[in-house]
Order: sequence, then C-alpha cells, then structure tokens
Amino acid sequence: MSANVAAAAKAAPSSDETPAISVKDLRKCFGDHEVLKGISLEAHKGDVISILGSSGSGKSTMLRCINLLETPDSGEVRVDGELIKMKRGRDGHQMPADIRQVERIRANLAMVFQSFNLWSHMTVLENLVAAPTHVLKRPRAECLEQAEALLKRVGIWERRNYYPPHMSGGQQQRAAIARALAMNPKVMLFDEPTSALDPELVGEVLRVMRSLAEEGRTMLVVTHEMGFARDVSSKVMLLHKGEVDSVGEPKEMFARPPTPQFKQFIANFNK
Amino acid sequence: MEFLNDLKDQASTAYELLAAGWGVQLLWGIAWTLAVTVVSMLIGATLGSLVAAAKLSHRGGLRFIGESYTTVFRGEPELLIIYLFYYGGTQVLTGVARSTGSIGSTDILNMPSFLGGVLAVGIISGAYQAEVFRGSFLAIHRGELEAARAYGMSAWLRFRLVIMPQVLRLAVPGLGNVWQLTIKDSALISVTGVAELMLTANKAARSTHHSLLFYTLAGILYLVMTSISTPIFDRAERYTSRSFTRPK
Repeated sequence: MSANVAAAAKAAPSSDETPAISVKDLRKCFGDHEVLKGISLEAHKGDVISILGSSGSGKSTMLRCINLLETPDSGEVRVDGELIKMKRGRDGHQMPADIRQVERIRANLAMVFQSFNLWSHMTVLENLVAAPTHVLKRPRAECLEQAEALLKRVGIWERRNYYPPHMSGGQQQRAAIARALAMNPKVMLFDEPTSALDPELVGEVLRVMRSLAEEGRTMLVVTHEMGFARDVSSKVMLLHKGEVDSVGEPKEMFARPPTPQFKQFIANFNK
Repeated sequence: MEFLNDLKDQASTAYELLAAGWGVQLLWGIAWTLAVTVVSMLIGATLGSLVAAAKLSHRGGLRFIGESYTTVFRGEPELLIIYLFYYGGTQVLTGVARSTGSIGSTDILNMPSFLGGVLAVGIISGAYQAEVFRGSFLAIHRGELEAARAYGMSAWLRFRLVIMPQVLRLAVPGLGNVWQLTIKDSALISVTGVAELMLTANKAARSTHHSLLFYTLAGILYLVMTSISTPIFDRAERYTSRSFTRPK
C-alpha cells in the first residue's frame, strides 16, 4: 500500500499549493468494528478523485468523515489548509470542538447523496435557495437568479416549481447536484450518486457530473461507475477493508492494475 | 295519535324554553367551549412540543422528564387533574397570599376558574400532542435532516426550515384527534364553574326539569362541533401534504 501512496504523492501537483482537502490517518470504529484503519488523502484544486471499493470498504464513511456527518475517532481533516478542530468528549470519544467552524466548513463542501435527500416539503427552486440565503446569507433575488440558471444547466428548469416526490430519480439527483452547485462550494462530495437510480437514468446524472469535472471543479466521488472512474477522474483510489489499497492515475491503474485487489475489483465489474 | 300530539307538545315546550333565553345561553356555552378548547390546544401545543423534544433528547434526564409527563397525564383521570389544578391551585394561591399578607388570614384566594380549567385541559392535551409531535419527527426522512446538516445549517435553521414544517405536515391528522379529545375534555371543566356548554346544559336541565331535552340538545351540539372539525382538518392535511400528492 505505502509504495503506491508514495508514488501518487510524487505524481501530485506542486506541493506548495494548499490542498483543497487533506485527510491524515483517519480512523473510525462503529462499536467493535473498525471501518477506517488510518486513511490519508489529498485533493488539490481541480482534482476529481474517484473512490472505489466494495461495500463495507469504508468509502462512504470516509467521505462522511470529511464533512463531519460521521465523527472520526482520530486523524485530522483540513479543508483549504484549515484544520477542523476536535476535542475529547466526556465519554472519551472525539467530537467537534467548534460547531460553528464545522458549519462554516460544511457550507464549502456541498454533498450529493445516494438517496438525493432533497427537502420534500420545498419545491425544487426552494431547495436550491434555502441554504444559500439562510446559511451563506446571500440576497434572495441573486440566489433565485442563480438557481434558475443552474436548473437550466442540469436540464430541469421546467420542473423548478415541482416538489421532489413528483419527479423521477434522475431529475431529483440532478436537482440535488444543482442544490450543491448553488453553494458555490470549494469541493463537491458525491456519495454514490447513481447507486439508487434505475439503469436508464444513470446516464443523465453522469453527464452532468462529467461536465462539472470538465470545468475544473474539485470533486470527491464515491462510486461504482467504472466508466466514470476511468475516463473522467484525475485520480482513482481503491479502499479495501478500511485501508487505502491503491491510488493513482486512472489510465495507468486500469491498464496495469497495481495490486491484486484492484485487479480483482475491476475484473468483477467487467464481467 | 296520542304519541304525535305528545311530540308536538314537547317541541313547542322546547321552542318556548329556548326562546325564553336558554337558546342564547347555549350559544354562549358553545363560545366558551370553543374558547376553552382553542386556548387548551395552544397551551398543549407549547408543552407538547417541549415534551416531545425532551423525549427525543439524547440526555437521559430530559428523556425521563418527558416520559414521566406523558405517562402521568395520559394515565390519570382527566377529572382528577382538573380538581388538582382548580382546588389545589386555590389552596396554593391562598397559602401564598396569606403568608405575604395580601389577604386576611381567613380569606380565600380562588384559582380563576377559566385559568385553572384551561391549564388542566391544556396539560392533558399536551401529553397527547407530545406523542403526535414525537411520532411526526420520527417519520421525517433521516436523509433530509442529514442534508440540512451537510449544508451547514445550524440547529435552529434545521428546526425552522426542515423539521418544523415537516412535523406540522405529519402532525395534522394526529392533531385532529387531539382536538376532538380536547373538545370533550373541555366539558369536564364545568366543575370549576366556567359557563361552557356542559355547565349551561346542566343549569338549564336542573332549573327547567327538562333534562332529556337539554342533554340531548347539548349532545347534538357537541357532535356538530366535533364533526365540523373533521373536514377542516382533512383540508389542512391535503394542503400541508401537497408535496406528496400528485399535482393536478
């Protein structure tokens, strides 16, 4: 494992630039089960990192530790160089030291979920302006204008006054991506964005994600979409049993799998 | 034939009695019943949401307080609670007023009957509303709460923008039931002397000796109040859950 990480570090862009996300030695247990056994990761501006792994490998947990939806037991997370401050609670578990700081950082890390998680009592348009107006405190008129533009971009502007439960999964996920974009986030976190979709709806969501990658957005994408990982991302990372198995350039990794795990993993998907 | 004549007599007596002033009295009774119910529902909504929050808290102490509240006030007879608040309240008020010297040592400071009544009924209503609110909160899709956290919303924003609107939507059918219970409980506070519908019917029945007539009439009026509220709550439910029903 360490050889591959070192190789990737060498390949990374000049190190004087502050990484958009830097994760060091992240550990997390659920009860007796150790889900993350010391994960490190660095994402620079414009990186699109696909995080692969079978279920239970810890990939979603890792992503959720970055915006503190899960609290890591140890390790550090930096966003744009800023360390998320942690403290020990009375029960000995780690917890955020400053919830304001966490909220501020979360607003910079827009997340797209597997099950969309749009607010079902708000129309699509209201979903897009809720956080920008209330969390970022931007003027409502400006937010509405941006929201309409974003909905046009993801191709569901005609549905702007629909409630999420009235739309297809693909439309909901595109609305959710637009909601994320409305935050003008520094980094976008995608947690298996196509896994809950019917096969014929996957394409429309992937097309939007591909266009985001092409305009240079920084994205961490937990996914099972091998095509996206190989063709769109700038870096691929395979997690196995809570550890980084391998990480590197996608073309290189898919052409010459660096580890038996990675070879087996892509073989399963090529079947 | 004789039976029909008898009925006619009855009807004309009823008309005479109502026209003689009991009709207006009964209308006032309805007004007071609605006032008691509305105020009790509001007290209950305030207490109910606090108790629901306590029951959902991760703090053991708060959960215990919330659990105790709903156990006690749903488990005791309503009449006992009303007596406790009215007569117990009078005793406490009198004690305090005597010790501060604001009334003489033999005077009695009565609990205001409306206040004592709505407090008691409101507290009972709150116990049932707490269960409704708790169930509604638990029915919110967890992912939506998670999304609110992930987008940097503070606890207050999450409550205001995501939790409260959804709890209200999910709570409407349950609150309709509590409203009916509360209308019926309001009849019990006739014992404290609030001239609501029950007390008025009682007075009319006893002073005219037409018990059958007045109790039947009051029964019909209660039924009208509870059944009118059903379509109103249905409408509210349709409105608040519009995002889940197919658009027209």
